[in-house]
Amino acid sequence: MSTIRPTWVHATILGTFCAGFGVALALTDDITKAPIKERALEDKMAALGQVIPKAIHDNNPVVDAVTLTSAEGKPKTVYRAMKGGAITGIAYEMDASGGYGGPIKLMLGIDPQGKLLGVSVISHKETPGLGDKITPAKSDWIGRFTGLSLGNPPADKWKVKKDGGQFDQFSGATITPRAVVGGIRLGLEYFAANKPGMMEKK
Amino acid sequence: MSASYGRIVKDGLWENNGVLCMLLGMCPTMAMTGTATNGLGMGLATAVVMAASNLMVATFRNYVTHEVRIPVYILIVAANVTFVDLVMNAWMHELYKVLGLFIPLIVSNCLPLARLEAFAAKEPVLPSLVDGTFMGLGFTFALTIIGAVREMIGQGTLFADAALLLGPSFTFLETRIMPDDMGILVLILPPGGFLVAGLMVVAKRMIDVASGKEIKMAGAHSV
Repeated sequence: MSTIRPTWVHATILGTFCAGFGVALALTDDITKAPIKERALEDKMAALGQVIPKAIHDNNPVVDAVTLTSAEGKPKTVYRAMKGGAITGIAYEMDASGGYGGPIKLMLGIDPQGKLLGVSVISHKETPGLGDKITPAKSDWIGRFTGLSLGNPPADKWKVKKDGGQFDQFSGATITPRAVVGGIRLGLEYFAANKPGMMEKK
Repeated sequence: MSASYGRIVKDGLWENNGVLCMLLGMCPTMAMTGTATNGLGMGLATAVVMAASNLMVATFRNYVTHEVRIPVYILIVAANVTFVDLVMNAWMHELYKVLGLFIPLIVSNCLPLARLEAFAAKEPVLPSLVDGTFMGLGFTFALTIIGAVREMIGQGTLFADAALLLGPSFTFLETRIMPDDMGILVLILPPGGFLVAGLMVVAKRMIDVASGKEIKMAGAHSV
């Protein structure tokens, strides 16, 4: 170690290590690629299973999906549940803005008449113990949206009680439910505006 | 200098504990100790990376020149973290959903790098493997204890979701100690991590003093 070696020796050593680990990483990536893809698909299906009842479809909604482009040019994937070739329900992700810790990712399931089949929270960063009551593990609050639609309750009641609407907030947390209620309402409005594109067959 | 294995084990688990004594690896310590289960999972993932990295560095220690050793060490740690990340995503997916975000953070954890430089770069393969393993387990121990305290006082449970980490046969570990709404929220929030970690360092020193040991301010470079 005491002798001074030319630079190319160090370069060769470092290069050899980089090449060796590069190959090892490429191999690992190759082996794990297929299982990881499978897991991602399972996750998607599990998330969809929470908002689309199993009984109403005989297809795989993840496969029968269409991608819509919004007016702002953002693509949105719409998953479609079908039975006997007819669309029985659709589901898509919706970001509810205005949460305490950034956007709350929701998954909405809606039937062809515009009624909610179910709502689930995919991810959120709300305060544990206060805002996290939106998840089914902590309370059944999110379940009360099932069966509702844009006209039921009327548009001016699609708010938390504090804002003059009909939905309960939690004690100590108004911001989170307000964001979720707003996100669901926006999601239903999105459905009303884009219904033809979502329902058309490909 | 060949340290005895008993010494290495004791150093890793208690005497020179990465978190409680050297105060290294504070980033995952703060981020992943909201529950005992998260602490345990993060600790075990780090232990695997440390054991593998120590082993590799000790194996190649005579081929790496002094001048390029740091890049090579970082390369080895980063590669091992990526292995763990990919393998967990593929075959331990439930756990990956909990810890996935924090696995890449192991690269920035000073503890593995400190052990490579202070131990594995100078010692033979087997002692290095033992050192990596037990330093990692000591890290796991500290994270689990901090997580347990925060979880018990913060949300009234202990080892919540342990079955997710260890398999369904460990469901018995999941206990509720007091009702959910009695928890003191601040302990699950980030300040709780600092409070509890600090108190644990104090507790460790008090135990050492009570058992008649003198307090030594251990640094990352003490073997």
